[in-house]
Amino acid sequence: MTMDNNTVQNAPKSSGPKFDWSVVSRHGGVFALIAILLFNVLITPNFLHPQTLFVNISQVATIAIVAVGMTLVIATGGIDLSVGAIMALSGALAPLIFTSPFAEANPELGLALSIIVPIIVALACGVFNGALVSLLNVQPIVATLIFFISGRGIALVLTNGNLQTFTNPAFSYLGTGKILGFPFQGYLVVIIAICVWWVMSYTVFGRQLLAVGGNERAAELSGVPVKRVKIGAYVICAGLSGLAGLIVVAINSASDAARIGNLMELDAIAAAVVGGTLLQGGKAPIFGAILGAVIIQLVKYTLLANGVADEVALIAKAGIIVLAVYVQQARKE
Amino acid sequence: MLDTTAFDLRRYIQGNNHSLGVWITLIALIVFGVMRYDNFGGSYNISSFLNYNAMFIVIAVGMCFVIMTGGIDLSVGSVAAFTSVVAAYLSPYGIQVALPGAVAAGLAIGGLNAFFVVAMRIPPFIATLATMLGAKGGALVISGAQTISIDWTSNFTKLGLEKAFGILPWTIVITAIVVVGLWVLLEKTSLGRTVLAIGGGEDASVMMGLNVTRAKVLVYVLSGGCAGMAGLFLASGFGAGQPLEGVGWELSAIASVVVGGTLLTGGMGSISATVAGALLLGLVFNILNFENGRGVISLSAYWQMVIRGAFLFAVIVFQSRVASTAKKGTI
Amino acid sequence: MQHLIEMSGIKKSFAGVVALQNANLHIAPGEVHAIIGQNGAGKSTLIKILTGVYRRDAGEVTINGTPSTVSTPREAQDAGIATIYQELSLVPLRSVTENVMMGYEPRTRFGTIDWKAAHKRTREILERFGIDIDVKAQLGSYSTAIQQLVAIARAVSLNAQLVIMDEATSSLDDQEIEILFSVVRELKKEGVAVLYISHFLDELYQICDRVTIMRDGQTVGQRVISETTKLGLISEMLGRDPEEIEAAGMTGLGGGEKAEPGSSLFEAENISTARGLKDVSLTLRKGEIVGLGGLLGSGRTETARALFGLDGLKSGKIDAHGSSGQIGTPAEAIAAGVGFLTEDRKREGIVPHMSVRENMTLALLPKLKTMGMVDRKRETELVERFIKSLGIKTSGMEQPIRELSGGNQQKVLLARWLALEPEVLILDEPTRGVDVGAKFEIQSIIREYVDKGLGVLLISSEFEELVEGADRIVVLRDGFSITELENPGVTEEALIAAIAHHHEEAAA
Repeated sequence: MTMDNNTVQNAPKSSGPKFDWSVVSRHGGVFALIAILLFNVLITPNFLHPQTLFVNISQVATIAIVAVGMTLVIATGGIDLSVGAIMALSGALAPLIFTSPFAEANPELGLALSIIVPIIVALACGVFNGALVSLLNVQPIVATLIFFISGRGIALVLTNGNLQTFTNPAFSYLGTGKILGFPFQGYLVVIIAICVWWVMSYTVFGRQLLAVGGNERAAELSGVPVKRVKIGAYVICAGLSGLAGLIVVAINSASDAARIGNLMELDAIAAAVVGGTLLQGGKAPIFGAILGAVIIQLVKYTLLANGVADEVALIAKAGIIVLAVYVQQARKE
Repeated sequence: MLDTTAFDLRRYIQGNNHSLGVWITLIALIVFGVMRYDNFGGSYNISSFLNYNAMFIVIAVGMCFVIMTGGIDLSVGSVAAFTSVVAAYLSPYGIQVALPGAVAAGLAIGGLNAFFVVAMRIPPFIATLATMLGAKGGALVISGAQTISIDWTSNFTKLGLEKAFGILPWTIVITAIVVVGLWVLLEKTSLGRTVLAIGGGEDASVMMGLNVTRAKVLVYVLSGGCAGMAGLFLASGFGAGQPLEGVGWELSAIASVVVGGTLLTGGMGSISATVAGALLLGLVFNILNFENGRGVISLSAYWQMVIRGAFLFAVIVFQSRVASTAKKGTI
Repeated sequence: MQHLIEMSGIKKSFAGVVALQNANLHIAPGEVHAIIGQNGAGKSTLIKILTGVYRRDAGEVTINGTPSTVSTPREAQDAGIATIYQELSLVPLRSVTENVMMGYEPRTRFGTIDWKAAHKRTREILERFGIDIDVKAQLGSYSTAIQQLVAIARAVSLNAQLVIMDEATSSLDDQEIEILFSVVRELKKEGVAVLYISHFLDELYQICDRVTIMRDGQTVGQRVISETTKLGLISEMLGRDPEEIEAAGMTGLGGGEKAEPGSSLFEAENISTARGLKDVSLTLRKGEIVGLGGLLGSGRTETARALFGLDGLKSGKIDAHGSSGQIGTPAEAIAAGVGFLTEDRKREGIVPHMSVRENMTLALLPKLKTMGMVDRKRETELVERFIKSLGIKTSGMEQPIRELSGGNQQKVLLARWLALEPEVLILDEPTRGVDVGAKFEIQSIIREYVDKGLGVLLISSEFEELVEGADRIVVLRDGFSITELENPGVTEEALIAAIAHHHEEAAA
């Protein structure tokens, strides 16, 4: 969180003689990361093997990408439960497009379309979410709950619930490609994070987004186009989710609409919160979200590598979310 | 000049028109169904319809209490899945053990929600999202990710099959008792009014000296208990504990509550209208089934998810129009 | 005589910041007691300790001579202390009956609420105050004044020994205040003590017996009100000499030489909105302050909202000199050179997480935009300039605005609008809730800009501010603009007369 542009603190904080929670909570993510790494180095077999690093990078990428989008939405004071469903939708669409007769005939165009169209559809979902929230004043939880269920439903209807497997090396590069030995999607995460961080720090849109989350009425009265800014946040989040959906499909060379992005909203919210995003809005620590995603991924990996059942991992994840939010609340008081 | 408005009929209707819509729609759909399909009004359809929807009704009224405080409970589906497994495991000991067991399991998870929200001050949707995960994990762990068949030799089966006093299945009778009990709690007790007051203004409620903590704990525990009851019905209806069920139930419950005119921001709400909302939602699928049966259209189970979402969307659009006529304006 | 309430040596700090260091309060049974002090003097904190909202760090509290064990608002109520807070502490979505009876509902034999009896009792209680309303209706459907009186009714119905009124009159008009005062006198007659907190000193002389004066978290004096002068109270409150205050004049708005009014900036003709404006016309010219006079609910804030594009017009038109088209949103108003400093600083003004810099340039962002980016260099220069010229006390432009005092926050918000170099600035209660020093400074800043050609539309509940500051005052009543008074020559009496006169006319 050292690069978090929003916590430039010149003013001395008043701190009592008591135990200073703010140190723990502000750098809690870093502490947690160090603890998990230490634990793994000591306990998990083969943890320091390069292969472990690659596996984790390729798996953390989707969480990180979605978490960046989620961070923006939460910064407006909202939440997006539909990210997993949107991943499923775009992940279901891509193979449908590049296995279509048209794409078989025009491989390059087909490939381009199979990336562009799902992302456009995802963006459209984002417009829908954003419009519900900002134009109809629907609570974000409820507004995004619509796609949370029906988005996956649409994906299942489109694929008839079938698992689509394919061989398409060009498309699979998204999930399996390597540059200088590191997974392609790792670079993608870094690029996305830097871009979004730059937008939040240096552009008018970024500033306005934080103002909307910090005090919506004040922002509106100051001429900030609140509705447009909010829709923007949901659209970016949905677009990034769409991209993450494509990566998941590319990694597996298969698309199962019932499973892509399942429970991703939880991972993404957890990553954002662990990274220091305030649920009330007004803060968007992008690199914090990446850190959060890494922690979530490492916890998953640790449990899996040490033979803990998937179901128990679910419970562990629930625990992390509660703990992270609790620490955040404690800091506020 | 003091405003000395006396009783105003228009205001009265305005105050209640949220729930008026759901009743009218419900009756219209029933009339439509009876006229269009032969067996729609038959006792078999009515009884099986109510039997199947009992769990959704119970969950919806529990959810209604949470929403009235301005909170939300996303864990209900997972909790029901969890308690359905609990009920299945307890079924050999008979209904007298399985029922309290399942409800107690639900109450316990509800208590956990209450602890997170009230004591740890975690926002309700995060807290209940976490217990949603936890309960799901728990259900999978104790069941070994398998459906757990109930004991067909015990009296547990009577719940869904046998009719109370020879008229209605026990499931429906129990549901009715729960609904009436919660209606009395909301309308006739101080605690119930506190629930509404919290949603209308939590700080104000504290200042008025109301026991806000107790009421907030109550709603989450209650919602958990209702979900526990629903899990019991689930196990009895399907003859097995279903650890993988319950996905999207929170959505149906929220939709039912919203359709019933309860404000999502809390402070206003009605049990009867919530029940009507749940019935309406069930009826939509019932009618779709009949339509499938006529062979005109054919919708896969996946469509149900889409329709559920579309239905919620329609309701929200409707409610946002109602809400915009009420004041509580933004800015 | 034994005191009803005795608080002595009360100390309280929040996260290391001292709010109260040696506060005392003694209230006799059946007296009307006032607490006065500037914002931040610790009045609210002291009361919240008494009512169990906060816990004291040190000190003694006794009620009727026995040490108090009150630790929640509920326990305070049960001990006979009822409170009516500044922000209404009622639930507007629920019925009047529920709001009066909540927590103390009459029961039937079965332990359930006896609604019939509840409605009846509520009606009886309200009748004592001369209010006859449908008690089953939503409280929120009634005016603020009614809601306030319902809050008092609730307090009284709880058989309180002490009723605390925190700024109870701030949203009432004269007639409603009269009703409130008669209720207070009624309570007094029945032996109920009233603790009265108000910024309006005149009110205290009307109803209070004694007054406790607070400054910087300490009790600095306790006086019998009939034995003190207003000036004496003010000087004690501020900790300054009376002469000094007299010499400074009451407000900083006046004094500018009367320049010839410039060209017209802004004309509203017969505008009406869904929010209660019926027919308002006004003109604003370069370099003048136009005041909006009238009681609460007369349409002052509503006029401001309409002019700023927040409420759509039902009829009439607004001609803004700087805009080509209609003003339909705040963004369009800003583009047309109109700024709006709202009355609710906390809810509609500051973005608490953001720094002074970010708060100041929030409205200016579109003008600081180059290729979608914020021009940080220009931004920093501008913020520096305004911090200096408005005398904003901050440790630096990166300090979060929430850490600033109310007056300094208000200056940042004023700078937010001044930075836009607007032609028209609408100021809704620009000095409410800021301390006397900052108030004078803010008024001086406004005057300075007006002298340079800014047109200001001023809304103020303080007639003094209007009369001294405004070149013209448009008087509003029930959503109509009814007359216009022109300075020089306007006196407070004249303004009050104008408002009252038309009220009588309306009643006739």
